[in-house]
Amino acid sequence: MAEFLSTSFGAFVIIVAQCIAVVSFVMISLLFLVYGDRKIWAAVQMRRGPNVVGTYGLLQSVADALKYVLKEVVVPAGADKAVFMLAPMTSFVLAILAWSVIPFNDGWVLSDINVAILFVFAVSSLEVYGVIMGGWASNSKYPFLGSLRSAAQMISYEVSIGLIIIGVIISTGSMNFGNIVSAQNTSYGFFGWYWLPHLPMMFLFFISALAETNRPPFDLPEAESELVAGYQVEYSSTPFLLFMAGEYIAIFMMCALMSLLFFGGWLSPIPGLPDGVLWMVGKMAFFFFLFAMVKAITPRYRYDQLMRIGWKVFLPLSLGWVVIVSFLAKFEVLGPFWARFAMG
Amino acid sequence: MTIVALSFYLFAISALVGGLFTVISRNPVHSVLWLILAFISSAGLFVLLGAEFVAMLLIIVYVGAVAVLFLFVVMMLDVDFAELKAEMARYLPLALLIAVILLMQFTLAYGNWTWADKAIDSRAAVMPEGMENTKALGMLIYDRYFLLFQLAGMILLVAMIGAIVLTLRHRRDVKRQDVLAQMYRNPADSVELVDVETGQGLK
Repeated sequence: MAEFLSTSFGAFVIIVAQCIAVVSFVMISLLFLVYGDRKIWAAVQMRRGPNVVGTYGLLQSVADALKYVLKEVVVPAGADKAVFMLAPMTSFVLAILAWSVIPFNDGWVLSDINVAILFVFAVSSLEVYGVIMGGWASNSKYPFLGSLRSAAQMISYEVSIGLIIIGVIISTGSMNFGNIVSAQNTSYGFFGWYWLPHLPMMFLFFISALAETNRPPFDLPEAESELVAGYQVEYSSTPFLLFMAGEYIAIFMMCALMSLLFFGGWLSPIPGLPDGVLWMVGKMAFFFFLFAMVKAITPRYRYDQLMRIGWKVFLPLSLGWVVIVSFLAKFEVLGPFWARFAMG
Repeated sequence: MTIVALSFYLFAISALVGGLFTVISRNPVHSVLWLILAFISSAGLFVLLGAEFVAMLLIIVYVGAVAVLFLFVVMMLDVDFAELKAEMARYLPLALLIAVILLMQFTLAYGNWTWADKAIDSRAAVMPEGMENTKALGMLIYDRYFLLFQLAGMILLVAMIGAIVLTLRHRRDVKRQDVLAQMYRNPADSVELVDVETGQGLK
């Protein structure tokens, strides 16, 4: 067996098996994330939520997925068929693609590349294409308006996400997720992580992540009260499922980024307890809980308010923070508090 | 064929196909989508060269920002395809003439193009030993070519200011929202509760 695995075909088999492992982790968590999202939302509104299919309704998402897959695919007569079908596929594939560089534990990563964080940023900047293409190819007014809104929204918030990430990169001196997490590995446990030195940016990143993934209170591309469902109006069955799955995977991706960049990834919060993959998964689940709570308790923003916050508040704040952190790290204020690269 | 060679041909062919269809595609939106394919394929070629930082920047800047703006503009154009085709038929002879002349010029230029033996090695900056691609690039840009970098920044700033000056119009006849004024407004100053007696009305 070991002999076979050292051949080039064996290496290929190992890589394929790893890819399948990561994708199946993401897909299975997707089923329960959708369920959890609905359950949390229901609990806040004092409803029961899904509770019929399976024990406590746990299999509700499976039933929904089957229902979507088995229905007929309806393509509008005036639609651009190739682009119409390409849009949900783009949305789903890109959302999965970003997971190829996300580590779950020390060394548990599909592709340990130097520019991992830039890769994630690049892939998430491509996700806007699914939305634009879907809205345009539907050849209908509401989807088109929705896709125009979301193009502007996602581009605006990408700018501030990029600047926030630069602050973390300056502190670490590397763009590799493994290095970013090990830079947070101090003897102070929870208080050694990046959320403390980069405290304002942690909040900004969370809010920008909400806007970037089109979650409430920034779900203006969908805005069912004004635009029916935005770019998804003309989609049904499996293409719609792909859009929705892509959206939830992108949200889960943002949860993973939150825990890797600001909350120490797989490091344990209490010094002495062993680090491990369970911490990482637990942190991701916790941030998803926060995403769901925000959805439940905040009203939707108006579009001009959203753009104003993005360009006139978040952009100057994050740009200013990059400058401040550059100085703090360069002159090693408070020792290695900001300048983690100086620890060695 | 090794995997590297295979991926090179894959990316090269898809870049060329993307470029070709960008030109010959009838629908401008399809053109932009093919252009995106060409960008992504050339990013793949950069990765094969070992320039992963440049590859990611190519995707983030060109595909993630520039092409989105292209798409944004092109999608909102009201294009009459029949008219476009008629225009193209009219200008085709002139375009062909220009293409042939360009081809001849290139053939002349490259036909007797020679280079010194060591020229190929000195095209690119030497990669320092034991240093990541990103760090090496940073050292070059922010250390060795710092003034050129500042100059490029100044040019971009001037271009940005120019674009803003050209498009900014202050319209004085429309009502604008002043967010700060709204936030600092006091309900007591703007709303008055009056107890109106029946049949009396407000005085």
